[in-house]
Amino acid sequence: MPTVSELRGMYEEMVLARRYEERLQEEYLEGKQPAFDISAGPIPGELHLAAGHEASSAGVCRHLRDDDTVTAPHRPHHVAISKGVDLKRMTAEIFGRRTGLSKGKGGHMHLFDPDVNFACSGIIAQGCPPAVGAAMAAKKRNEDSVAVAFLGDGAIDQGAFLESLNLAAVRELPVVFVIEDNDWAISMPKERITDIEDGSRRAEGFAMSNTRVDYDDAVAVYEAAREAVGRARAGNGPTLLELQVHRRMGHFMGDAEAYRHDEDKEWAEKQDPIPKLATRLREEGVEDVDIEEIRERAHDRVEEVIRWAKDQPEPDPEEAYEDVFVGDVAAGVGGED
Amino acid sequence: MAETETEAAGRELTMSRAMVEAIAGEMREDEEVFYMGEDVADYGGIFDSTEGLLEEFGHDRVMDVPISETAYIGAAVGAAQAGMRPIAELMFVDFFGVCMDQIYNGMAKNTYMSGGSFTVPMVLTTAVGGGYNDAGQHSQTLYGTFAHLPGMKVVVPSTAYDAKGLMHAAIRDDDPVVYMFHKRLMGIGWMPAPEGPKTPVPEEDYTIPFGEAAVRREGADATVVTLGLHVHRALSAAEELAAEGIETEVIDLRTLVPLDAETVLESVRKTGRLVVVDEDYRSFGLTGEVVARAAEGALSDLEAVERLGIPDVPIPYARPLENEVIPGTEDVAEAVRSVQG
Repeated sequence: MPTVSELRGMYEEMVLARRYEERLQEEYLEGKQPAFDISAGPIPGELHLAAGHEASSAGVCRHLRDDDTVTAPHRPHHVAISKGVDLKRMTAEIFGRRTGLSKGKGGHMHLFDPDVNFACSGIIAQGCPPAVGAAMAAKKRNEDSVAVAFLGDGAIDQGAFLESLNLAAVRELPVVFVIEDNDWAISMPKERITDIEDGSRRAEGFAMSNTRVDYDDAVAVYEAAREAVGRARAGNGPTLLELQVHRRMGHFMGDAEAYRHDEDKEWAEKQDPIPKLATRLREEGVEDVDIEEIRERAHDRVEEVIRWAKDQPEPDPEEAYEDVFVGDVAAGVGGED
Repeated sequence: MAETETEAAGRELTMSRAMVEAIAGEMREDEEVFYMGEDVADYGGIFDSTEGLLEEFGHDRVMDVPISETAYIGAAVGAAQAGMRPIAELMFVDFFGVCMDQIYNGMAKNTYMSGGSFTVPMVLTTAVGGGYNDAGQHSQTLYGTFAHLPGMKVVVPSTAYDAKGLMHAAIRDDDPVVYMFHKRLMGIGWMPAPEGPKTPVPEEDYTIPFGEAAVRREGADATVVTLGLHVHRALSAAEELAAEGIETEVIDLRTLVPLDAETVLESVRKTGRLVVVDEDYRSFGLTGEVVARAAEGALSDLEAVERLGIPDVPIPYARPLENEVIPGTEDVAEAVRSVQG
């Protein structure tokens, strides 16, 4: 069972992640209303928000250290927050600023923080093989670090995921695959794309340990992840976890979700793991005033990082040519005429 | 605009409506035509490429598929070899990396490797292009990659009129056709298109033959060869240049495979000055290919050459960086000025 301190830590992360997404949504929609134009407003590009996924990242990452590797998909913010990614520089990256994690080159789907071994990608299931590789490196070096690959339930029919399961299993690598099951692959409900309701059963075909957490609850995730991460760290091989989460904000900002019934949205709204964890904190004797303080601190922190990010300079156009290769200046195969 | 387009006056469509109209027309005519891809049924395609098809044809012929590009694109190859006429959609061309074997080692080569005893009459539709800050994994065109590998026809519409005619031709073609539609031209509600791609479109079926470039504007001072979104940027630049007394001929390639080199050569013989504008990477790609064709066919007429493309960097996210690497209207105008004597 998590200690009170651990419960508080998870709650802090979840509240922070939720507030972060709410505020990013507001910032993103600025200038995009009433007519939505993806090119308008302070945040460039697409935005995939993770509100409703927080129990997963908080419960899993509670067991991770900075030297453990995490890969995340296109919906990465909550995972990055729980892994301890530098929130100021991450926010600056999302706003396309020079002091962002990737100097404005990556954006919200391509966040990289080597200090905590975090990376994410906009390609479905792309993070699975590199997580296997990080685990391989740890094993070869006799280190006890582990790797965790987060992915969505839509990703589990992708070759990169299934091939990674097999490779991780046959090499007994310290890796945990975490499926965040929000029931939707953009507009496609699960029953249309797979006959296996419990995605964790994919592991059975590879003789891999597997668990599904069927309800959206940070403590249940904590328990399942404790076992999975512990197994990996002890050198006892990989695990596939599937965690039921909920998608509260559409696939991407601008997705009107016309394909989704109102009842499904309303039901998802009600499965909120944050008030559930607050109730648990109260049961453990944490005062309401403390819980409120956590919320206020999270709100202040989000305002602070957004304000900081928006004050940061944009990159100069010439910086587009740097970082193609190590050592900075683009080799420019074609060069100038 | 070509003559046939002005004659069709009356009804204007967005590029996505025109594309869908052609698909629906073919699906009505031929039971063997079906469409599969991610979010193509209830959603209607992330970029409106299948909007409304589900309502008429149902889930059996407008199929949502798992996020398993290798499986469903390979399945399209198999269904095509079995005699059907599948259309498979790769949501973003950037995602080709997960399924390229089925495309370039199967779809593109099976006709040849079987000595013509197999055919692969399928269409691979895919969204291309940047200009909305979607960064390195969602903004590429990869025109050159697909055109480079033999065995695939490659078409790139720049107007609604062409989108319909090229789609009819693609579905009826007995070879695999990669149909690359630029997101920015589709007329999607949340990604406003520039002026230009929305054109009059005849209600009846028609085809645009592959391998016929379109001269979008005539001019004697320089030839701009381009495609897709950059047709419209080149036309804007040509307007600006006309005010300076420079008359620019703008050629829209429309299909890369087959490539209409003859139209390029005719123009270059007239103007002597060639600017190739591409939204793909600069090196080893379309710009080099067109310049090479011009050199092979009209070397003595060439007085100056310039090319614009993505300068061999992945496409960056932040607006100033993306604007730097994707050629803009002003970059095209400047390139045309630079080749004037």
